[in-house]
Amino acid sequence: MSKTRASGRTVGGLRSLSLQAPAVTLLLLWMLVPLGMTVWFSLQRYNLLMPGMESFAGLENYEYLFTDPALWRAMGNTLLLVGSVLVITVGGGVLLAVLFQQEFPGRGIARVLAISPFFVMPTVSALVWKNMMMHPSNGVLAWLAGVFGLPAVDWFSSLPLTSIIIIVAWQWLPFALLILLTAMQSLDEDQVEAARMDGAGPLAIFFYITLPHLKRAISVVIMIEMIFLLTVFAEIYVTTSGGPGLATTNLAFLIYIQALLDFDVGLASAGGVVAIILANIVAIFLVRLVARNLES
Amino acid sequence: MTTLKTKQALPAEGHLATAPASEVRARHTPLVPSAGARRVWLTLLGWGIALLIFFPILWMVLTGFKSEAEAIADPSLIFSPTLESYIAVQARADYFKFALNSVVVAFGSTLLALVIAIPSAYAMAFLPTRRTKGTLLWMLSTKMLPPVGVLVPIYLLFRDVGLLDTRTGLVIVYTLMNLPIVVWMLYTFFKDLPRDILEAGRMDGASTLQEVLYLLLPLTLPGIASTGLLSVILSWNEAFWSLNLTSSSAAPLTAYIASFSSPEGLFWAKLSAASTMAIAPILVFGWLTQKQMVRGLTFGAVK
Repeated sequence: MSKTRASGRTVGGLRSLSLQAPAVTLLLLWMLVPLGMTVWFSLQRYNLLMPGMESFAGLENYEYLFTDPALWRAMGNTLLLVGSVLVITVGGGVLLAVLFQQEFPGRGIARVLAISPFFVMPTVSALVWKNMMMHPSNGVLAWLAGVFGLPAVDWFSSLPLTSIIIIVAWQWLPFALLILLTAMQSLDEDQVEAARMDGAGPLAIFFYITLPHLKRAISVVIMIEMIFLLTVFAEIYVTTSGGPGLATTNLAFLIYIQALLDFDVGLASAGGVVAIILANIVAIFLVRLVARNLES
Repeated sequence: MTTLKTKQALPAEGHLATAPASEVRARHTPLVPSAGARRVWLTLLGWGIALLIFFPILWMVLTGFKSEAEAIADPSLIFSPTLESYIAVQARADYFKFALNSVVVAFGSTLLALVIAIPSAYAMAFLPTRRTKGTLLWMLSTKMLPPVGVLVPIYLLFRDVGLLDTRTGLVIVYTLMNLPIVVWMLYTFFKDLPRDILEAGRMDGASTLQEVLYLLLPLTLPGIASTGLLSVILSWNEAFWSLNLTSSSAAPLTAYIASFSSPEGLFWAKLSAASTMAIAPILVFGWLTQKQMVRGLTFGAVK
């Protein structure tokens, strides 16, 4: 038995490799070629407004970048945005999944309505929130404030980052809900029933049965959301353009400003390299956390 | 409420003719004194939250049918619906051209990504090696490359091989963009499948291909469906690459809406009409598949 298993493992290993080859090769190409070019550009003096002036710059771009306070501000904004939205969507998603798992009339339609914002393209949702919801004089929120006799809030100038967080969280809360709700479907009802028979209250059932069951789904939600939240772009582009000042500039937007508004390919590429490194640092911490949940 | 309650109780009475319905219900909710009151609260809470979340979309759709004057007036549900914004918007840009591009690109890239990802996810879930987890995490880390950081190289490459402003170009970018997530999701769904089932198939002499086609795919169809759905939605809504790599002939709906966003920023009714048209297909698609997906998952859930 042990002999066949040992040989089976190597054969399995080869088979495993060959099956993974297409995806791995494509992603390698997709990553290495542009990454290599980005690293190369980051070492150049390369501005699209000054063609023919390209020359080797060494670490000049990096030096400029790291002494620019904008970089640190953008990093802070990126982390704040990712962190806040993750907390809101995962916390809210679990609670909503429990709510929408209960039986009530019209539950199917209510679920569909609650999941809907995830299907809306970021450009559209940002435009709708910016104009129809958060507009300081004609927006619905301003009108609501007026009804309650409160002063209207000029969302994008007084609470810029909070406004972006609200919009992004509105888009991703339904995603968390969708994934967690589907995970709830495989919750063992007999187990819940048995716990209930033994006198477990709703809170005990939530913490000892529902939450552990959702662990892997929560990991998936965190992983996927983090990837998208690190590179939030359209929402900022459409609403604040990174302002006022640098209040809503995240790393993705900072690089965009340098590359496409200042045409400084060299500096933008250096920013790209920094963003990739930061993303991987954040990833390592979270991935460790998530990987542990996937062991089981 | 009483009618609802009796409706609920009826089947129980049919089965357990002697057990009183109230006892059956009470066992389900021992801590809550009245099942009826709980139901009312649940209904109010569930619908209240659902409508709150959905409100911005509802408001956008309504605004699209208002006149420009009504659109910026105090919020009101009473207005005389008009199609004038839709007509004005369609006169400026042909919606259907953009919509077709979106459909082709979103579905094309999703199919391609699934075909490439399924063997890979199968190998990771059922033939794991020491490097599997590392590979998976590496794949996800490629996703963390901020697109803007690699825009310039990709743009230059696409220009040189003639892929700028083509659907093929966008399909390639979106396939690669979604591949890590598709592999990851398929992997988690495949892993949930008990290995005994596939091993039983192998005992009966099934080849890898047969195993995948006749056992794995049918059993994990709900998972594959939700993965595909996610990929379609992500491709449909992607705005960065589509805005930078297309100009006219391959431009999808994200480019369409962007062309309205700046000049029409002050014309909310027209903006709303264009927005509604841009999200309507994917919203309806999402609604339809979501229902099926949840049903499929309850049906296919393996213990």
